[in-house]
Amino acid sequence: MTQAVLDVRDVQKSFGAVTAAKDINVSVPEGAVYSLIGTNGAGKTTFVNMVTGYIKPDSGVINFAGRNITGMGPRQITRLGIHRSFQIAQLCNELTVEENMVVAATIHKSARPSFWRNAHGAEARERALATLERFRIAEHRNRLIPELSGGVKKLLDIAMAIAGQTKVMLLDEPTSGVAADEKFPIMDLVIEALRAEGVTVIFVEHDMDIVTRYSDRVLAFYDGRIIADDAPEEVLSDPDVQRYVTGGAA
Amino acid sequence: MRTNLMLSAVGAFVLLAAGAVLLPDWAMFLCAMALAKGLVSLGIVGMMRGGLVSFGQGLYYCLGAYTATLVAGQLGVSDIFLLTLLSAGVCLVVGALFGPLLAGYRGIFFAMLSLALSMVLYGTLAKLTVLGGTDGLNIGAPTFFGWDPEGRALQTALYLYVAVLVVVAGTLMRIYFDSEQGLITLATRDNELRVEYLGASVRTVMSYNYVFGAVLGGIGGTIAALALGHVDPEFAFWTTSGEFVFVAILAGYLSVPAVFVAAIILEMVRSFSNLYFPNTWQLALGIFLLIVIVVLPNGLGSLVRRRKGDAT
Ligand SMILES: Nc1ncnc2c1ncn2[C@@H]1O[C@H](COP(=O)(O)OP(=O)(O)OP(=O)(O)O)[C@@H](O)[C@H]1O
Ligand SMILES: [Mg+2]
Repeated sequence: MTQAVLDVRDVQKSFGAVTAAKDINVSVPEGAVYSLIGTNGAGKTTFVNMVTGYIKPDSGVINFAGRNITGMGPRQITRLGIHRSFQIAQLCNELTVEENMVVAATIHKSARPSFWRNAHGAEARERALATLERFRIAEHRNRLIPELSGGVKKLLDIAMAIAGQTKVMLLDEPTSGVAADEKFPIMDLVIEALRAEGVTVIFVEHDMDIVTRYSDRVLAFYDGRIIADDAPEEVLSDPDVQRYVTGGAA
Repeated sequence: MRTNLMLSAVGAFVLLAAGAVLLPDWAMFLCAMALAKGLVSLGIVGMMRGGLVSFGQGLYYCLGAYTATLVAGQLGVSDIFLLTLLSAGVCLVVGALFGPLLAGYRGIFFAMLSLALSMVLYGTLAKLTVLGGTDGLNIGAPTFFGWDPEGRALQTALYLYVAVLVVVAGTLMRIYFDSEQGLITLATRDNELRVEYLGASVRTVMSYNYVFGAVLGGIGGTIAALALGHVDPEFAFWTTSGEFVFVAILAGYLSVPAVFVAAIILEMVRSFSNLYFPNTWQLALGIFLLIVIVVLPNGLGSLVRRRKGDAT
């Protein structure tokens, strides 16, 4: 069996009276594609936030590639190769699509960005453009963020998070706010790109067709707990999952 | 690649240098003061690009001025280059101490903390009788590599010196604004969460901008002290800091020359209203600023420089 690249052990988190994570145990092998499902408030984003260092667990341990990363901040964790996208795309609204991408590429490229080298130079722009083209949003490069459709925003958000050194990618609802007919093309593009580079993927998703089509394994969250952890067909036919997550519809 | 920038720099210097020939004494003095203060505001503009406004740049303006005055008075140094270098150095060190501390704060907290620091300096200087208390200290005329001009020659030399500093500092800041780090500063202003999640330190970005602001503030203060021949604690008073902010907002963060234009406008409005409407110049200034904010929310700079997306 491949070694677990991400290993979450007995993690707990509460916000006052709300238990957002209880006895969370997850082990993700390298190169796998996992999906997280669950109703609103089940604790999916909390899981992503804890793994990426935005929230510190009350107890438990998170290991990445054999290294304890519990309690590290987002910046440190990002530098280790765990990257994420956001449920609500996090972009720089006053910058163009291309400039957003240049910012991302510049920071990914070097921990010490230059005070001298022009960020708007041909080389930086070409590098950014290549990524934009890969995600098929290059045509929007000179537009400002507020003018973009939900799908383009999501793709840019994801494109900015992916860099050469991405080892684990957490996608928080990559298709929310995206028009129905764009969901599959976006997932095709993103998952293919990530699989091609052997990146381990964990994505949060409400659409069960997408879950079945793209993930190797599914974690079902309910009330801060993981109530099922198995192959997609198994999880979706689980009576508890049907009762608490998919509402019997699946 | 930077041909345009270099040409603009040369053009700016020629334009400023023409002032040395054309301007009458009073106007040349006014411009020298305005340019010196513009340097301080340029530092605020650097912070504004990261979303922070310091209401306490008087701290460095005053620190630079007192450093130059004390070095000149106590150590007998009169060389203007050395004085500038020493004050800039002192402000660099102090800025590097406070920068990382203040860089953890945002918005009004950052503004008020920077203001508080400057008022501490003001209060301390006002009480220190060895440093002249509220009366301040006098500083003699500077020399330029051993040359010891007087009268109009001195004024012209000082004016040209500040013109060179403005062009050099302005060019360097433009290069910085357009650099990788400069773009990350703009991104930080927009979305700190994203910047941290890309792996860059927002705190580091802010600290650098603060330190650059400190150095520019110190240089501005040194020139002002030499032009006036005098320093007093008012250099650190909040109204002085307020003027720097006024100029920064008037100019906006898009264009570097706009900062100096705004600084000159402020000085002119002040002298003319002082002359014709004594005691109401703040009113004139306030109305002027209101008009600019309403008509040009991105400042005077947006007349010459646009954000990319606006054009397409
Ligand atoms: N920073 C926070 N402060 C207080 N409560 C929080 C915080 N973050 C999450 N919670 C609470 O924790 C619970 C889990 O929230 P979480 O955002 O993880 O849900 P989710 O599964 O991502 O839901 P959704 O599908 O709506 O995105 C919710 O009850 C939420 O209100
Ligand atoms: Mg969520």
